[in-house]
Amino acid sequence: MRQVFDIHGGVHPPENKDQSLQEPIRDAGLPKQLIVPLSQHIGAPATPIVEPGQRVLKGQKIADAKGFVSAPVHAPSSGTVISVQAHKVPHPSGMKAPCILIETDGKDEWVPCEGIEDFTQLSRQALLQTIREAGISGMGGAGFPSAVKLSVRDDKPIDTLIINGTECEPYITADHSLMRERAEDIVTGVRVLQHLIQPSEATLIGVEDNKPDAIEILQKACEGSSIEVVVFPTKYPSGGEKQLIQILTGREVPSGGLPADVGIVCQNVGTCAAIGDAVIRGRPLISRVTTVTGEACAQTRNYQTLIGTPVRFLLEQSGFDAKRCERLIMGGPMMGFSLPDIDVPIVKASNCVLAPAKTELPAPPPAQACIRCGLCAEACPATLLPQQMYWHARGQEFEKLEALNLFDCIECGACSYVCPSNIPLVQYYRAAKSDIREMQQEKIKAEHSKARFEARKARIEREEAEKEAKRKARAEAAKAKAAAAAAAKDTEANVDDKSAKADVVQAAIERAKAKKQAQSSEADRPASSPAPEAASGDAAADAIARAKAKRDAASQMSPQEKLEQNLASLKKRKANAEDKLKQAEEAGDEDKAEKLRSAVETAAEKIADTEQKLAALTAESPEAPERKAVEAEVEADPAAAAIAKAMAAREAAAKQSPAEKLKSDIEKLEKRVASTEQKLKAAQEEGSEHVEILQNSLSKQQDKLEQSREQLRAMGEDAS
Amino acid sequence: MAFMTITSPHAHGPMTTAKIMQLVVLATLPGVFVMTWFFGFGTLVNIAVAAIVSLSLEALMMKMRGRPASFYLKDYSALVTAVLLGIALPPGSPWWLIAVGAGSSIVLAKHLYGGMGYNPFNPAMVGYVILLISFPVEMTQWLTPRGAVEGAGLGPLEALRACFGGLDITVDGVTMATPLDVLKQNQALTMDALYQQPAFGDWAGAGWEWVNLAFLAGGLYLLYRRVYTWHAPIGMLIGLGLAAALFYRGDGSDSLGSPLFHWFSGATMLGAFFIVTDPVSSAVSNRGRLVFGFSIGVLIFLIRSWGNYPDAVAFSVLLLNFAAPFIDHYTQPRTYGHAKSGNAKRSSAQEKD
Repeated sequence: MRQVFDIHGGVHPPENKDQSLQEPIRDAGLPKQLIVPLSQHIGAPATPIVEPGQRVLKGQKIADAKGFVSAPVHAPSSGTVISVQAHKVPHPSGMKAPCILIETDGKDEWVPCEGIEDFTQLSRQALLQTIREAGISGMGGAGFPSAVKLSVRDDKPIDTLIINGTECEPYITADHSLMRERAEDIVTGVRVLQHLIQPSEATLIGVEDNKPDAIEILQKACEGSSIEVVVFPTKYPSGGEKQLIQILTGREVPSGGLPADVGIVCQNVGTCAAIGDAVIRGRPLISRVTTVTGEACAQTRNYQTLIGTPVRFLLEQSGFDAKRCERLIMGGPMMGFSLPDIDVPIVKASNCVLAPAKTELPAPPPAQACIRCGLCAEACPATLLPQQMYWHARGQEFEKLEALNLFDCIECGACSYVCPSNIPLVQYYRAAKSDIREMQQEKIKAEHSKARFEARKARIEREEAEKEAKRKARAEAAKAKAAAAAAAKDTEANVDDKSAKADVVQAAIERAKAKKQAQSSEADRPASSPAPEAASGDAAADAIARAKAKRDAASQMSPQEKLEQNLASLKKRKANAEDKLKQAEEAGDEDKAEKLRSAVETAAEKIADTEQKLAALTAESPEAPERKAVEAEVEADPAAAAIAKAMAAREAAAKQSPAEKLKSDIEKLEKRVASTEQKLKAAQEEGSEHVEILQNSLSKQQDKLEQSREQLRAMGEDAS
Repeated sequence: MAFMTITSPHAHGPMTTAKIMQLVVLATLPGVFVMTWFFGFGTLVNIAVAAIVSLSLEALMMKMRGRPASFYLKDYSALVTAVLLGIALPPGSPWWLIAVGAGSSIVLAKHLYGGMGYNPFNPAMVGYVILLISFPVEMTQWLTPRGAVEGAGLGPLEALRACFGGLDITVDGVTMATPLDVLKQNQALTMDALYQQPAFGDWAGAGWEWVNLAFLAGGLYLLYRRVYTWHAPIGMLIGLGLAAALFYRGDGSDSLGSPLFHWFSGATMLGAFFIVTDPVSSAVSNRGRLVFGFSIGVLIFLIRSWGNYPDAVAFSVLLLNFAAPFIDHYTQPRTYGHAKSGNAKRSSAQEKD
């Protein structure tokens, strides 16, 4: 006798299984219309491969699997495809989903099926393909595609194959009657699985001790094989996959993991029979055993039902009295879901249609306050604290819910069953789970957009900074070049001059700071025009800071990267200048155009220069790390030069008296006025359309000139 | 045709909150009967007055809170509070004392915190402690039990007169010090000599030993009916017994009392099976309830031995009510498929940080 383990918690609801076990399984017959949903499994819905009006044979594939986690769908009987349309499916929401509607012709004509008696001839891959093509998905309730579940990976060796014949839900006897009547088929299927998975230790069929007849028959069928029927005490929810694994092996499937993680594969007995059928007889999954029970049905029994048979068709055969029935349940009373109406089809996972009378499963009374009695924690098979989770679910405290392992809840309903205050606990957990899942999705989205936004911000800032620093550097390109050349000589003489140079820069910055301070204290004095001075001082300080920042950044980059960056920005600058030049030429602004032309030329020169350097560097780089360092210094130097230049400009500005400054302004203005007058003359001669604009700007310039002269005069009077 | 759509589970177990409360009341009956045998009808009058006041106030509070009073009265929780308070109060207490106690329990301890299921403190014990602190004289007058001296408890009419005025029970001879009092005040007598005193019975206090035994029987019945698990009550008895055994100094006059004496004295069994087991204000997990009960047991011994009050169940329970969330935090059970319990996981995660 194999040792069995106990699971935590569990409940003993009235079994109510005898009602549907009095009669053998009966064929439900052929309905006029079959409604075959494309999604009867977990995963992607199948893709239809038939057209309306097409005649199909029994067992013919009518929809193909789409992707790995999916399963094909077959015609349950011969007939004509009416349409592929949205139809109500068995789902708690009462939603519609794509279905293939088939009008049966009553002939029940099979496609040619070819099975393989000696399945040991088949390779693992071929067996899996057969199971997959037969459209088999878990028939215990969840409906996970079996071929996926059976695709064991080499890094996770399987030692135990577990066959689930527990059927712990009250009322349901589909598996029970299948074990009673088709034990041989089940065992054949288990043999196929054994061959496929090669469990190194054991193959166990787990059955609760409330099915003595099925146990006896199964044991007989397993005689002489390595399959062991293990019997354990009846308790709900022993049939949960995780629970059954714990009962039979004492192992726990890790949270968020799969049975394969602990060396186990688990399959339902119904699925095993279907796999046997598919391999030995070549028949796809087109029918299943479904229990029809409940006091609202006159006859309660199990039916061999074609997939797609409307629930209405089954209930009509069973003497269903709608007046006595308040709710219709697909599945059992613990985990089944209520059907909004009876025009939904039986699918691969439909093990039971339960039509209880009003008194049998009365509507729940209003919930009372939780008294934290702890009966729920006693009943929980996952050792959770349901009343704590309820508390936090009501408070929407999702972090605490996750800390209490909400996602390990299997929604078996044991806690709600025992709750003396009639609190629909499972409903709270379902709602909280979906809320958390939704929040997680939104969080991921928000993180993406945040990253996007920050990247954009950084890019814009970087571009701005680059533009600023380069503008400065460009304005004094010649000077910078000279300084760079000088510095290059210096650094070639002494590569380790870095710190000294840094000191020089530091000293310069400090000088600038001191001056700026002096200047701003000067600015505090009442002066004739202190504002421009202060402003120019600030601008210079800004330029120093920018240049310094750039130098720092530049010294961190490899020389090659820096050169490439320089090159790119130079090219950009040249393109910009060219654009502007074009605009200026169009506008007839000769003066500006002239300047821009020279700028473009300088840029072109620089580009050529930089490209040459880059080429040299790329050629040399592997062997000349020292040279690299030198070049880095050289490259850092334009920035240092920019600092020096900015300081010089500021010093010059500081030295200039306001009067001198005004004088130079006036000179500049006079020059501009003269050139504008010339241009105007030329434009008038040509009859150009720019005449008006030029006249406008001329008068403005003249006004400004007049103003400046007056200011100068006033200043002279003040001084005297 | 449209059917009702409800989420699973569709079946429901037979247990209801009202049934649990009824069972608790039922289980107090042996204890109440023995108390009545030894101390007279005072306890029954206590319970009746407390019940009337409690249920009226419960209905009033529900009305003020805009809820259907009858629906909530049917959960019997107010009745349980009233019965427990009535048992805890000295038989022959004046009506106003009972009314103040019941009012404190229902209004202060229960409804001001949100009503049924939301009270952090045990309502009956809050009422009891408020009375004990406010009216120490009235609260420490215990009648002489039947069999000790000529005490025979109050008859039905005497009990009513004691409650509603006309009979003063505070005269000597009618009341006497409880065994816990006697032990506390004891200076010179050896334990053997002490047991010769009228206040003492065969292995604990006269009368009290049988009262405790009766409450123990009621508690075992509730355990059998699975109203609660063994963790909290047995935890408390172990805590009390261990502490008493640790400090037991044999027969000497400085003895603090044997474990047996402590188990069967005062409100020990009432506390263990009817007070400590109040689910609302206790810890939630089984392990937590074990710690909760054990701590109460130790605390009872400490207060009985070195505190100012001869009995300590009420104070110990209230103190541990404070600690219940803390205990919960450290006793979260290991969930299926997890290597460690939630709390252990959290602290190891913190270590990593």
